Amino acid sequence: MKIKPLQIVAHIILIIGVLLMVLPIWISFASSTHENVSILTEGMRFTLGDQFSRNYNEVLNEKGGWSEEVTAAKMFINSFIMALGIATLKVAISAMSAYALVYYRFKLAVPIFWLIFITLLVPLEVRIFPSYKIVSDLGLTNSYTGLILPLVASATATFFFRQFYKTIPDELLESAKLDGANAWSFFIDFLVPLSKTMIAAMFIFMFVYGYSQYLWPLIMTTAEEYWTVVMGMKIIYTESYEGVALPRTAERFAYIILSMIPPVLVVVFLQKWFIKGLIQTEK
Amino acid sequence: MSFLDLKNVTKIYPNGTKAVHETSLSVDEGEFMVFVGPSGCGKSTLLRMVAGLEDITEGDINLDGQLINEVDPSERDIAMVFQNYALYPHMNVYNNLAYGLKNRGIDKETIEQKVNDAAKLLQISDFLQRKPSMLSGGQRQRVAMGRAIVRNPKIFLFDEPLSNLDAKLRIQMRLEIKKLQQKVGVTSIFVTHDQVEAMTLADRLAVINNGIIEQLGTPIEIYNNPESLFVAGFIGSPQMNFLDANLNNKTLSAENFEIKNIDSDYNGEVTLGIRPEHLIESENGLINLKVELVEQLGSDNLVYGQIKNIKDFCYRSPGNQTIKKGDTLSLNIEENKYYIFDKNTGKRVNQI
Ligand SMILES: Nc1ncnc2c1ncn2[C@@H]1O[C@H](COP(=O)(O)OP(=O)(O)OP(=O)(O)O)[C@@H](O)[C@H]1O
Ligand SMILES: [Mg+2]
Repeated sequence: MKIKPLQIVAHIILIIGVLLMVLPIWISFASSTHENVSILTEGMRFTLGDQFSRNYNEVLNEKGGWSEEVTAAKMFINSFIMALGIATLKVAISAMSAYALVYYRFKLAVPIFWLIFITLLVPLEVRIFPSYKIVSDLGLTNSYTGLILPLVASATATFFFRQFYKTIPDELLESAKLDGANAWSFFIDFLVPLSKTMIAAMFIFMFVYGYSQYLWPLIMTTAEEYWTVVMGMKIIYTESYEGVALPRTAERFAYIILSMIPPVLVVVFLQKWFIKGLIQTEK
Repeated sequence: MSFLDLKNVTKIYPNGTKAVHETSLSVDEGEFMVFVGPSGCGKSTLLRMVAGLEDITEGDINLDGQLINEVDPSERDIAMVFQNYALYPHMNVYNNLAYGLKNRGIDKETIEQKVNDAAKLLQISDFLQRKPSMLSGGQRQRVAMGRAIVRNPKIFLFDEPLSNLDAKLRIQMRLEIKKLQQKVGVTSIFVTHDQVEAMTLADRLAVINNGIIEQLGTPIEIYNNPESLFVAGFIGSPQMNFLDANLNNKTLSAENFEIKNIDSDYNGEVTLGIRPEHLIESENGLINLKVELVEQLGSDNLVYGQIKNIKDFCYRSPGNQTIKKGDTLSLNIEENKYYIFDKNTGKRVNQI
């Protein structure tokens, strides 16, 4: 096979891109395997050290916070639950609302859709005070429900599902109707399987969105047992700054590396669906 | 009351288009009815009202003794084959066939048996595990048929199911559909704008124009006895020739010939229709045709030419004759095979 100059250029660009993406992660990982002292004196590292198991053990098992009870593992679990809840509900709700908007031909469908779309202009950070008020009035502070519920409506996902459903030919619905399908079975038997790659994509985006929430859990939670990973990044290992002890940079890096694992797992797991959808188009 | 009964059915779309105009029609059990007409005449609309996919603006539809105006399509026990087949892309062929049965709560073994029987009938047993995207056009067509047959519905509806196939396959599938319908014996309505398809498939034919049934009858009745200019021009291939003429006192006078003793009391301007196959060569014929083009089909020739000012006049001659461009043929019209229409209303004015 002959390699064209254009291909070489393209590959060089791609390789540079990959390096830019991977290098920071590698540095974090390499640094997380050294002793704190050596990072302090010699800066961040490109090579692996010998403190891997010590540092990671420390991070996973050390109890922190005022209560001396919350561990990094606990925070991972909290974040995972929160992200999973947000992603699942976001996908389910937006798929269903898009279904209603596209297939139930009521007059207000278009205005309602635009109303939903406008909420994109009002992200959580803007409405955080009223949201907090409502959630606390409902007595949902310090609970998973309170962490998840205010974030489950999604204009973006509704938009994408709506656009996708609009491309499905009418005959499919008509044919299904004549085959005895009702509104619910058309959704479950047709729209869901037909949009499964879309669902997988949305789920990934929404999972990462939920996982990286910072402000909302910070405001929502006073009990440390509901702390999340991103909050932890700010809070954990700070005592070392103030005291005489060394900054615990290595553990921080280890924590960052660990915090990447859940979203990466989700992507890896759902990628199979992605690729399947790319190979056999089903429409 | 017959099996399917449409009474004064009218359809006006929300945007004001009047697609079907006070149409009444009866279809007997087991009958193969064909709706034929030009594009946009309202065939699909009429069919979709029977299926329940469009609301009926006015009128009644009865199926098997039950008024179905307000019955949901899923409850009508009707199967429809669409032009683009509308197969379920994410299900394999087996599940495409089985889906309608599952929705009716039929048990697994019965479903399996019915699907296998239908698959065998349509020769798609080998593809049961494939997705529709992995089938050829003809195979998809069969799956769509299978999906209709397997449920053993009260009535089959076909909306131009053959128009996506190539010419050869279309003829083959046309034959198969006809055979299948005779075998299964299900009442069927078939929509097409292809008059050959209509003629070959139909037990009875409804020729539709502008939302109105212009004529209803067996294919041969309609061919022999078209009641209007539109039907005469639409049914028959090649098309009927039309000439302007005058009818006075039972005498028809065209530009360069006269026919006496016409069986009609009408007086005034008329259009004379002559089918290409109703012309015969004879000495001192009525018509002198100057040949411009000959299409040799083997079994017969289609001869196109000019009579005075009329262009593209067509004559079907036996295949063994050699006719060349530039010849002049002397033609007579077969006894009593002239169709005379009122020039203004298009209604036929003579008896055959
Ligand atoms: N949803 C609709 N809204 C408004 N007008 C419509 C709609 N569907 C069809 N029409 C109009 O109704 C008339 C009949 O349409 P219909 O689809 O029944 O024609 P058809 O005979 O099936 O034609 P074709 O052979 O092209 O399929 C047309 O003038 C068409 O423009
Ligand atoms: Mg149509």
